[in-house]
Amino acid sequence: MAKGRSEVTEAILAVRAETAAERGPKQTRTVAARLGLRQRFTELWRSRELFVFLVRKEIKVKYKNSVLGFLWSMLNPALTLAVFWVLFTIFLPNHLPDFVVYMFGATLIWNFFQNAVLGGTGSIVGNGGIVKKVAFPREILPLASVGSAFMFMLFQSIVLVLFMAIVWHRPDWSQMYILVPALAAIVVFAAALSVFLSAVNVYLRDTQHLVEVVLLAWFWAVPGIYAFSGNVHDKFARHHLLWLYFLNPITPIAMTFQRILFNSMHPRYTNEPHALIPNGVLATYPTHWYVYSDLAVLGISAVLLLGAIALFGRLEGNFAEEL
Amino acid sequence: MGNVAVEVDHVSKRFRVFDERYSSLKERIVHFQKSRHEDFWALDDVAFDIAEGETFGILGRNGSGKSTLLKCISGILQPTTGEVRVRGQLAALLELGAGFQPELSGRENIYMNASLLGLSTKDVEKRFDEIVDFAELGEHIDKQVKFYSSGMYVRLGFAVAVNVEPDVLVVDEVLAVGDENFQRKCLDRIKEFQSEGRTILFVTHAPDLVRAICDRAVVLSDGKMIGEGPPGEAIRLFREHLLESAAATNRAAAGPAAAKAERIELAPPTDGRPVHITAIEIDHPGTGTRHYIEPGEPLRVRVLYKATALVEDVVFAIEVHNVNGILIFASDTQIMAQHFDALPGEGVADFLFEGIPLLDGTFTLNVGIRSARGGTVYDWREQAGQFEVMNPGQTTGVVALALHADLKDPSTA
Repeated sequence: MAKGRSEVTEAILAVRAETAAERGPKQTRTVAARLGLRQRFTELWRSRELFVFLVRKEIKVKYKNSVLGFLWSMLNPALTLAVFWVLFTIFLPNHLPDFVVYMFGATLIWNFFQNAVLGGTGSIVGNGGIVKKVAFPREILPLASVGSAFMFMLFQSIVLVLFMAIVWHRPDWSQMYILVPALAAIVVFAAALSVFLSAVNVYLRDTQHLVEVVLLAWFWAVPGIYAFSGNVHDKFARHHLLWLYFLNPITPIAMTFQRILFNSMHPRYTNEPHALIPNGVLATYPTHWYVYSDLAVLGISAVLLLGAIALFGRLEGNFAEEL
Repeated sequence: MGNVAVEVDHVSKRFRVFDERYSSLKERIVHFQKSRHEDFWALDDVAFDIAEGETFGILGRNGSGKSTLLKCISGILQPTTGEVRVRGQLAALLELGAGFQPELSGRENIYMNASLLGLSTKDVEKRFDEIVDFAELGEHIDKQVKFYSSGMYVRLGFAVAVNVEPDVLVVDEVLAVGDENFQRKCLDRIKEFQSEGRTILFVTHAPDLVRAICDRAVVLSDGKMIGEGPPGEAIRLFREHLLESAAATNRAAAGPAAAKAERIELAPPTDGRPVHITAIEIDHPGTGTRHYIEPGEPLRVRVLYKATALVEDVVFAIEVHNVNGILIFASDTQIMAQHFDALPGEGVADFLFEGIPLLDGTFTLNVGIRSARGGTVYDWREQAGQFEVMNPGQTTGVVALALHADLKDPSTA
């Protein structure tokens, strides 16, 4: 008995020594009113596993105890698609061929953005229990909301792929790579907004409701249910306000997705800026227009994210008492 | 040793106390510039270092700022000014099981909570059995945490936290939870931490715990550090400060304390009695400079009485109780075989304790006068006075027993 015990103890001690060795030299952590951005990022990087756990948790908790589980995350967009298809092909025909694919290209992006920002805004207040009791880089919470929204987007894209297979709608394989900067841009943009809004929401609880309303309106500024070409383009162009339309960073990203996924409806390219294909659906911008727009959004979003994290750091000091 | 594990560098923390909290936009606009607030300094220029391997106590009453300080050290709150530097990994046991997700199973929560505290998945895997074992959860580990009893919840929380293997462990008053068996286990684990040379920061308002496990302690009061030193010293400061603030109002009226015995006037009984107690005086070597005695110091209790007629064969009695009402000592002049007749007028009866062999605590005195023969009680005063004993040493318990140790190894035995 005594021997068995000492063996266990030794095993434990061995594990501890190993851990100590793996951890290497002790690092010094500073708690102060202001921390440099570099230190913030170091701590964020150290908590990357926590990020994974939080994302996993959000997905697990969302559909725990529901019979269909995460199937809901696919059923939901599938049913929405069905409703819109019935509405816009049968009752209010908008004459967009394979409209569901067109719409889904944009709503996939939009749903991600909406889930990320809404979830992120409430993340600090919603996790008040941990924020008040445990020390960890709190930016992780809004970032995890973005992460889980991203995972849900991946689930939803399965529906899109299935649907495209059913109607045999071929995407533009050769230009697929443009999706990478587009995805990066939307993720960074959503992260910047989430981090910023989550901190503001601690001090001003209206933020949550305000965001809901703003998102509702914002959705219609993205060419998802309607075609950009035709009426929308013409009216903006007539008043020289196209730039206003493109001020919405979601627009070029959603258009990129449509350009790639809905591609087959795009009969030719032109290099003429803002030209439209007669009777077409998509704008005729050349490929590099999409790449540059997405990169521009990515660049601006990255700056915004830095700013958001810096601001978050300023506001973070009083989280525990405000909650 | 030698290395500093935690450096608290002139930390201050200001809280804004608002008359009313306006946290909606409308309220903010309506009350723009109107929301009055008072600044409240929960911590005021607190500075100390904790050496590696040291067990450090923070003593203070409720509201003295000790929890705020702990939160600043563990990084939950940021100080308004000043800095805290922590070398190595820190785990804070502020609330056990904080961050548990009720919908997830115990197993998932272990991973989640450990990573919240800074332990990697790989490390958790190695310790998983140990954690489950320590928490005494057995097969419940795969149940959702929301079905756990509060005891299981707390045990799991503690098991995860101590297995984070922090270099610095911060313990708030969490040991007050769980059953006795588990508490002992927690204390054992803390002692094990000590022997492994880890740094422990311990916050409490229970001086006995500080005496039992700390190497050094600071005393906080109203956010200010009022002292720092070895446990005995710190506890003395803490007690003294407590008494001072409690007695401050009383003494302010009484004027400056003279180096005279503490005198407590007692209201005379309303019905006519032949002899009654008018006051008692308590005197000890530190009278006038401190409010307590140290173990082994003498104490004199003087009972002042007044007789209206000759009363034959009176017996003066004295009782000492501790704060829990347990009788520590009782005696009277009859037991001491002293015959006494009280003559009309005022007189005194002195009780002289040659040395009080008590350790920490506040003790109350009951005094009385009765007849030697019958059951006539002339006067009896419950809690007529009290005295305080403070132990500067490390021993704990109730009685200061004289003790010597004689250690022999096998060759000399």
